[in-house]
Amino acid sequence: MKIIVCMKQVPVQDSLLKITDDNTWVHEDELNWEINESDNYAMEAALRLKEEHGGEVVLLSMGPDRVKESIKQGLAKGVERALHINNEDFTTRDPFINAKLLAAAIKQESPDLVLTGLQADDTGFGQTGPILAEYLGLPHTSIVMEIEKSNGGIKVKRELEGGWFQSVELPLPALLSIQSGSNQLRYATIKGIMMAKKKEIKSLTLADLGLAEDEVDDSNSSLNFNRIFIPEKTKKAEIFEGDPKEIAAKLADKLKNEAKVF
Amino acid sequence: MSVDILVVAEQRDGVLNRATLEAVVAGQGLSKDLGLDLSVLVLGKNIGDLANDLCVGVKEVLIAEHEKVGDYTADGYCAAIKQIVAKEAPKYILFSHTYMVRDYSSKLAAALNRQLVSDCVGYKMDGESPVFVRQIFQGKIDADFTFSGDGANLVSFQVGAFNADNLDSGTSGEVRDAGVAFDEIEVRTKVLDIFEGVKQEVDLSKAERIVSVGRGIKKPENMDLMNELAAVLDAELAASRPVCDDGWLPLDRQVGSSGQTVTPSLYLAVGISGAIQHIVGMKNSGTIVAINKDPHAPIFDIADYGVVGDLFEVVPALIAAVKEIR
Ligand SMILES: Cc1cc2nc3c(=O)[nH]c(=O)nc-3n(C[C@H](O)[C@H](O)[C@H](O)COP(=O)(O)OP(=O)(O)OC[C@H]3O[C@@H](n4cnc5c(N)ncnc54)[C@H](O)[C@@H]3O)c2cc1C
Repeated sequence: MKIIVCMKQVPVQDSLLKITDDNTWVHEDELNWEINESDNYAMEAALRLKEEHGGEVVLLSMGPDRVKESIKQGLAKGVERALHINNEDFTTRDPFINAKLLAAAIKQESPDLVLTGLQADDTGFGQTGPILAEYLGLPHTSIVMEIEKSNGGIKVKRELEGGWFQSVELPLPALLSIQSGSNQLRYATIKGIMMAKKKEIKSLTLADLGLAEDEVDDSNSSLNFNRIFIPEKTKKAEIFEGDPKEIAAKLADKLKNEAKVF
Repeated sequence: MSVDILVVAEQRDGVLNRATLEAVVAGQGLSKDLGLDLSVLVLGKNIGDLANDLCVGVKEVLIAEHEKVGDYTADGYCAAIKQIVAKEAPKYILFSHTYMVRDYSSKLAAALNRQLVSDCVGYKMDGESPVFVRQIFQGKIDADFTFSGDGANLVSFQVGAFNADNLDSGTSGEVRDAGVAFDEIEVRTKVLDIFEGVKQEVDLSKAERIVSVGRGIKKPENMDLMNELAAVLDAELAASRPVCDDGWLPLDRQVGSSGQTVTPSLYLAVGISGAIQHIVGMKNSGTIVAINKDPHAPIFDIADYGVVGDLFEVVPALIAAVKEIR
């Protein structure tokens, strides 16, 4: 089975975010980066399928030069090779344009299975997977926890609300959006890290993807990302800060005598 | 006939997902603000009664009734809605951002060659046009979005963003068959069954006090500290999803949209950031206390008392303080 995993690099989870003066994004130069959480689980699911059924896992990532670091982590964990859409010269936050770019790269590979994470921890759109499925003409399902091969296709366990699940069968090729927590993640081994150095990271330009610059220009999009801001607090919590002992005594007193919860 | 604003309802086995009514409330607001009519669409099998029930506060209820949309699939729903959009030319298509809507709304937008703003927490008017607000960076930052172009523009609203109790039941609408040509629709995915995950051994919904642990706890060894805190407060122990995913607490102690919904008189969240999927499971608790080292953590927005600090210093002190006064 040939599996493509789409991976996005995002700011590390505990990042201190500072909004830029034009209120359009956060300052990126001071941030540290990591593989998006659910994409890590997508990669894990792909590696497990390959180990069980044979085949190849190809990592696909779009982003500037810095994403190579995350790609290398994937290669060290056992991914065979990687495709990097280097967008040093154009960035777009439009999930439809991003999916168009990813779709162009995926089409050239004709995989049996495409896996994405459920949603990116930065923009949180959760749209790339289903849009890609439409652009690639593939059946899809999302919030996937388990994948197994079944006659001619795959059978997956997907999550519903409130602790319920659903099993769904899909023919291959197909696309799945993977939920965080679906497996235990592996660590790269020293041997894996050594082997990764010889693995290919193929850089793809717009021309390689057969796309023109105006096709990936999000100023032509009918959706405008106007400004970002720190949300106003709706409820005023009483905040305690300072010496832990003093805070704890105050809080315990409030809980007992004001909120009367014990 | 044509449609201005279309809310797509969600049902399973003829039972409405209550979040649909929240989307109807959002639609009623937009309908007033924009001077547009509001309609609702229901897809499924045996949905006649449900369609009648939905005729409240809307102009029309469109129905698309067929085997092919009997079980929800993204293929079936997208193809059917695409036909309806081609006929009715709605300006807005609204959803509640449920797990089902996550699965198909962006595929639908791609199939229509239109745009979707997903998981909005609300909208505000800027002159004549609505500005949709959604959260980024896991609730730490908000972002404003607007559409240019006539649509159809697709918008999904976060569960809980609108209150279903605010439904204006003024007008009563009529049911109309949407006239979908189902023989043209091909469904590639097959739904096999629906089942409950783990057997729920604890019913947290009845707990009087809950101490809930988040990823801030760092290591499973540190759970002892939380057990001790729960013990002195005579509270049940619960957790956010990552803690249960890692197996540090059993899955049936997970609070949130995929887990249990709880309403204790005390909910003490320790090292939990307050992602919306967690908050929907506990926001109706009596007194909410948050201990978190990040003063901007969204959990503080819904807390009554907040402690900004390192849980490894605050929790031992709190255990001692509670022991003292209980
Ligand atoms: C479809 C879907 C369904 C989901 N369902 C659920 C669900 O049912 N339940 C659920 O909980 N989540 C659910 N999630 C996941 C949710 O989006 C969040 O990822 C999750 O709730 C985060 O858990 P957390 O707050 O423990 O971790 P994080 O978001 O990582 O937060 C950890 C917090 O700990 C704080 N912290 C770290 N160290 C310390 C310290 N020493 N002292 C004090 N504070 C510290 C940090 O400041 C941070 O705020 C779901 C997600 C999706 C997409």
